[in-house]
Amino acid sequence: MRDVNNGDRPILAIDKLSTAIGGNAVVDGVSLTVGAGEVVALVGESGCGKSLTALSVMGLLPAAARVSAGRILLLGEDLLGYSEKEMLAVRGKSVSMVFQEPVASLDPLMRVGEQVAESLIVHGEASKSGARERAVEMLSRVGIPDARTRARQYPAELSGGMCQRVMIACALIARPKLLIADEPTTALDVTIQAQILTLMKTLRQEIDTAILLITHDMGVVADIADRVCVMYAGRIVETGCVDAIFERPSHPYTRLLLSTIPKLNGVRKTRLRSIEGSVPDISDWPEGCRFRSRCPLAQDDCGQVPPDFPVDGDANHTAACWHMDRLGEMA
Amino acid sequence: MSEARQPLLRVEDLRVHFPIRGGWRGGRVATVKAVDGITLEVGAGETVALVGESGCGKSTAGNAILGLVKATSGRIFFDGTDILAQKPDRQQALRRDMQVIFQDPVSALNPKLTVGRCIAEPLTIAGYDRKEKERRVDELLELVGLLPVHKNRYPNEMSGGQRQRVVIARALALSPKLIVCDEPVSALDVSIRSQIINLLMRLQEELGLSYLFIAHDLSVVRHIADRVIVIYLGTIAEEGPTDAVFEHPTHPYTEALLAAIPLPDPRSQRVKPPFALEGDPPSPANPPKGCPFLTRCPIHMEDCATIRPVLADTGWNTKAACLVRFKAAYG
Amino acid sequence: MSVSVDTIVPARRRRQSFTGITGVLPFVAIFVIFVLFAIFAPWIAPQDPNTQNLFGRLKPPGTTARNVFYLLGTDNLGRDLLSRLIYGARISLSVAVLSVCLSGITGTVLGMAAGLARGWTEIVIMRLVEIVLSVPAVLLAIIMVAVLGPGFTNVVLVLALTRWPRYARVAFGQALSVANMPYVRLARFMGAGTFRILFVHILPNIVGAITVVATLEFGLMVLFEASLSFLGLGVQPPTPSWGAMLSTGRAYVATAWWIAAFPGACLFFLVLSVNLIGDFLRDRLDPKSR
Repeated sequence: MRDVNNGDRPILAIDKLSTAIGGNAVVDGVSLTVGAGEVVALVGESGCGKSLTALSVMGLLPAAARVSAGRILLLGEDLLGYSEKEMLAVRGKSVSMVFQEPVASLDPLMRVGEQVAESLIVHGEASKSGARERAVEMLSRVGIPDARTRARQYPAELSGGMCQRVMIACALIARPKLLIADEPTTALDVTIQAQILTLMKTLRQEIDTAILLITHDMGVVADIADRVCVMYAGRIVETGCVDAIFERPSHPYTRLLLSTIPKLNGVRKTRLRSIEGSVPDISDWPEGCRFRSRCPLAQDDCGQVPPDFPVDGDANHTAACWHMDRLGEMA
Repeated sequence: MSEARQPLLRVEDLRVHFPIRGGWRGGRVATVKAVDGITLEVGAGETVALVGESGCGKSTAGNAILGLVKATSGRIFFDGTDILAQKPDRQQALRRDMQVIFQDPVSALNPKLTVGRCIAEPLTIAGYDRKEKERRVDELLELVGLLPVHKNRYPNEMSGGQRQRVVIARALALSPKLIVCDEPVSALDVSIRSQIINLLMRLQEELGLSYLFIAHDLSVVRHIADRVIVIYLGTIAEEGPTDAVFEHPTHPYTEALLAAIPLPDPRSQRVKPPFALEGDPPSPANPPKGCPFLTRCPIHMEDCATIRPVLADTGWNTKAACLVRFKAAYG
Repeated sequence: MSVSVDTIVPARRRRQSFTGITGVLPFVAIFVIFVLFAIFAPWIAPQDPNTQNLFGRLKPPGTTARNVFYLLGTDNLGRDLLSRLIYGARISLSVAVLSVCLSGITGTVLGMAAGLARGWTEIVIMRLVEIVLSVPAVLLAIIMVAVLGPGFTNVVLVLALTRWPRYARVAFGQALSVANMPYVRLARFMGAGTFRILFVHILPNIVGAITVVATLEFGLMVLFEASLSFLGLGVQPPTPSWGAMLSTGRAYVATAWWIAAFPGACLFFLVLSVNLIGDFLRDRLDPKSR
């Protein structure tokens, strides 16, 4: 567990970012920071805007989306002011990304070794043969046995887990300061997921890369994250260090979300806690607190957007809820 | 689980093999043994879970029981009748008491039919008249927690959780005895999952349904299942009552699966021993000769390469197929 | 009994975007005018299209001969060109509508059957499709008319017989993907018959794609009918047909340009408007763009 923001500048600081698709702010005023070597998990359900936040950082938004407000500071530089050409120099070198679908994210017609070496060559960091050597070395570091032979194979010849290792090798070969991992293990089986998570934990220390992890899986968060930002309907509702979030969830959404997951030591066959209703569609997000339509604590004053209140006086653990004092009522 | 009465479903030594065709003449070049000798029973009102990684054959086994894929060999007794020995139209009639819920509620519903017509479909096919259909559809909507107004909606106007409720209502239309649930909650958002799990448990209680629950999420399985069958590469690795399997896993694969689940609790996750299982499952077209788990097993011994283990009692009321754990039994 | 809260959340609004409709509107108007001409020809046409006026032959547009005003002039037999054009719209559109319906229905049913049944049905139907498609369509039509003889019914039949494979191909591909959808497999599991699967589950889901093919084919059918009539293999004189009028006009192009020019312009505008409407529909209906 690292101390957050211990004086030095964060790797990534997102400040009141809003990203809109066709007039709807899918990401609505999201702020978060990722410190050096830190793993920050951005957790939320589908459609909450977590992936769009990541794509905004990478400058890889789909055609219909655009950033409408806010700043994205990578090592103090505002990425939003960058031209496409300047972004190319950033991507793969200072920030890189791992996607959910490893097989679809790799070029099927290119040998995996070359794909791993590509970012070194593009950024002019190594000669062709030098890059190839380093690619093989990187492949063996991500746990691909017999890396020299594998480097000459095509993605279709590798399993899904292997492809995800290759993706990680691609992302980390240029030793980026920040790795954005968008649901990196969701498409994988549990045993493979455990391998990939272990690998990410090892590499982040070896390479000293900060990780922004996008996921919906609370188990994955507990396993790898230092800090957690919980997102609901375009906004961050709670943020804090991982222990605090799991032990003292202070936004009703976080608390309910954690209680809906069946525990391995819970009483079997009992009725599970559930969050009634479903995530509202972007076109009818409620005014004020957006969890209001499903929240058991909701009252009239929830029509006002709640600010980030510190939890128990801890400035690093905040939750955006007017009624934290009544959390006990939820039992 | 009354042992005295005959079980609702009994599957004996089920095998499903698919030919792989290739070469320019399109001849059979290999055989994928997707399901290779599975025996199981599901009692009335019981939930039996098939767990394993993708490609292990658990879904194929479910499809073979439903008749959606052809079984290569084996026997399937449903309500005491050997289904596969019957003529096709008789099989169809027998299978009316069996229904299925697929993973993805979007593709399980015809987008051009209203919810009412979707739910009524099995009734239409069974020749119900309009009045009866209407009454039954209303009943079913209420049963799964939907409102009568939903009848005239189209599937794309509903949320994921609502659509899965529609799928469940349709499966219940003809009052089946057994429902094969193929990953019924994995495509749903975390906050919706527990709603659907609760619904499935409530329906089982109210209607005395039996479930064959195919899933990879062990925490869900532990919550809902009475008995668990762990499948690896088309064969059963371990089976037994849920509590016994989870508390005393005997097969190294079961142990690995349990160890792989990231717990939604950072403190216990930190003290958990590092995950040991390496590699990917081998292709079912080319399984190891002896124990199917051989290539990934951390504890294997010489004999494992030649002798295929069979299920043996573990002493915990469970059965496992592992040579190492039963050295004595194999002499 | 729990009724979940999500039941009271309003239904998601269906996607609505009418971008581009203003661009198509003028062409829709043109098409509608042609359709109205075709339907109400007897009431709209100023003259009988077949009444000859041998004293008023080859009169240019806007002349009056024997107290009859000829807005678009007359042809080589002194027939009113405007009236013949209006009646000609009848022939063009009815041939196109009938042949599109006939070939569309045949092709769709055969294509769907091939996609659902697979096996021998697929091999036979789809081979036939390949064979018909590999013969040049006009050539095939000419040969068939030569065998069957010219005339309205035969033209429709011939066009239907040469064009159904287009629909069959699209229907086959679409049916193939829809047939693999879980809801179709489920319907089959529930015991739905082939008829029900084809017409309740597959057809409504591929009808959009078929409609797109049909609109594009419609323009082609108008041109085909004109070509056949131009060659003298279509609707027989004196029945007015744009193609036949063009053919007549060809001989007088140097002296009486209007005889060929006006039917040519009609063909151009009708086919253009149909094609643009088809493009618009494709954007709206094609499942891939959804």
